[in-house]
Amino acid sequence: MHLEINNLSKQFDTSQGSVLALDDINMHVETGEFVCAVGASGSGKSTLLRLVAGLDMPTTGEITVDGQAVTGPGSDRGMIFQSYTLYPWMSVQKNVEFGLKLQGVGPKERREMASYYLDVVGLTKFARSLPKQLSGGMKQRVAIARTLASRPKIMLMDEPFGALDVQTKETMQQFMLDLWNRTGVSILMITHDVDEAVFLSQRIYVLTAHPGTIQREVFVDLPSDRDYTIRRDRAFQDTREGIMDLLRGKTAPALVS
Amino acid sequence: MKPSVFWRLADDIPKPMSTALMVLSIAVPFALWWLVASLDLVNDKFLPSPLQVAQALGRLWTDGFLVGDTAASIMRVTVGFALAALVSVPIGIAMGAFASVRSLLEPIIGVVRYMPPPAFIPLLVIYLGLGEAPKIALIFMGTVFFNILMIMDAVKFVPKALLETTYTLGGQRRQALFQVITPYVVPNIIDTFRINIATSWSLVVVAELVAAENGLGKRIVLAQKFFNTDEIFACLIILGVIGFALDLSLRGLMKATCKWAVD
Ligand SMILES: Nc1ncnc2c1ncn2[C@@H]1O[C@H](COP(=O)(O)OP(=O)(O)OP(=O)(O)O)[C@@H](O)[C@H]1O
Ligand SMILES: [Mg+2]
Repeated sequence: MHLEINNLSKQFDTSQGSVLALDDINMHVETGEFVCAVGASGSGKSTLLRLVAGLDMPTTGEITVDGQAVTGPGSDRGMIFQSYTLYPWMSVQKNVEFGLKLQGVGPKERREMASYYLDVVGLTKFARSLPKQLSGGMKQRVAIARTLASRPKIMLMDEPFGALDVQTKETMQQFMLDLWNRTGVSILMITHDVDEAVFLSQRIYVLTAHPGTIQREVFVDLPSDRDYTIRRDRAFQDTREGIMDLLRGKTAPALVS
Repeated sequence: MKPSVFWRLADDIPKPMSTALMVLSIAVPFALWWLVASLDLVNDKFLPSPLQVAQALGRLWTDGFLVGDTAASIMRVTVGFALAALVSVPIGIAMGAFASVRSLLEPIIGVVRYMPPPAFIPLLVIYLGLGEAPKIALIFMGTVFFNILMIMDAVKFVPKALLETTYTLGGQRRQALFQVITPYVVPNIIDTFRINIATSWSLVVVAELVAAENGLGKRIVLAQKFFNTDEIFACLIILGVIGFALDLSLRGLMKATCKWAVD
């Protein structure tokens, strides 16, 4: 897998005038990488992810996955939204099966795949539950299982834990990291939470706001099997503070980039 | 200060209390009726007692009118409303899902729905005669537009993220329409039917008051001719009970088929 974004810009034309949401974005994600983009509110993070997902079209520039230009949405780029997007009338099991059903996979194979991924996210016990019976964190895990079941080349995540409380969020971050270590899925995630980005990813794109541009690419020099104790690590804190400084508009010479 | 149980705001009350209040809701008006009638304040001919109404009901039953008229009215409502439902579901969903279809149909429906259906009775009689057809057509016309507009509105509330998720899972537009939008609005459709079937229940009586050989509306007209207020009361009660039963059965249908949408 090789995701490449070249000279991407996106302008929204509205009745109040036009907004340049993204300007001259260049980035890439390689097989098995966990990459984050961080930026303040309004830096165009959601816009960027929607463009990669094919839900919006860029004004200039192009996005390619394995050399193929993105022209619309597809199951090779699974998306996890911040809002809960489970189909409320389907059981958890049916939700996870649904992507495969849309793609024409037969019932038996569908069931097996769904059961497998429900097990991966630790929700086998809830297979028959309805979404409304789940907590927010569980809903996101089902959404992740549903996306993974479609075997995407890359999973796109738009602040997936933004609506969760602090404890659940931390649990979900650990869960995400373990999941990534286990499945080797490539992930591009956006967040405004710098701590979350440093904890999860190997590489971070730091965005400026209005218009959103890439200010810096930061390498996170930490082992991949992390747990919460790494937050006490000097390297973790330096990276986090460095990125915070960048977002504050200061230079951050200490960062590896 | 703690509010009393009775005045709990937007919250449930204990089951026994709610049952008791529901019994009162029927029992109090009934008792009042009984009281006023038995005090002989009003002439029996104007306000028959519950007993007289029960006797009238028995009379209608033994004469076979009760079953015949009720069946006739129910049949008209069933056919007329079923046709309206059949037409309104696809059109309502299409109008909600496609701005183009909406632009095409919303103006004309918006105007026609404000023409009171009973005003069409003379035309319907001229076009369709005096048989079943004009009554069924009236019920159809009187409910189809409201069904359509309410279903259209429900479709507008399907979360955009749910559709976008469908596309990123590899879904096509067709699949989004039939496998996401449509099931999402099923509870709204049932609710729409529940609300609008009340209208069709009124319209069938209106149609029968004007011109019919049978039906509960016709029975009321005949009773008026002979000043049989007890029979009028009996018919009104039957109308209310059947309407309420229709409402309850649609609620039951909702509970049985859309567990996800009821709490
Ligand atoms: N559909 C749209 N129409 C017009 N302007 C838009 C649209 N979507 C986004 N914008 C504008 O583009 C800019 C970036 O928005 P975007 O939602 O991508 O930011 P974000 O980084 O995701 O912010 P947040 O952290 O608050 O989610 C904003 O100024 C926003 O007003
Ligand atoms: Mg956003």
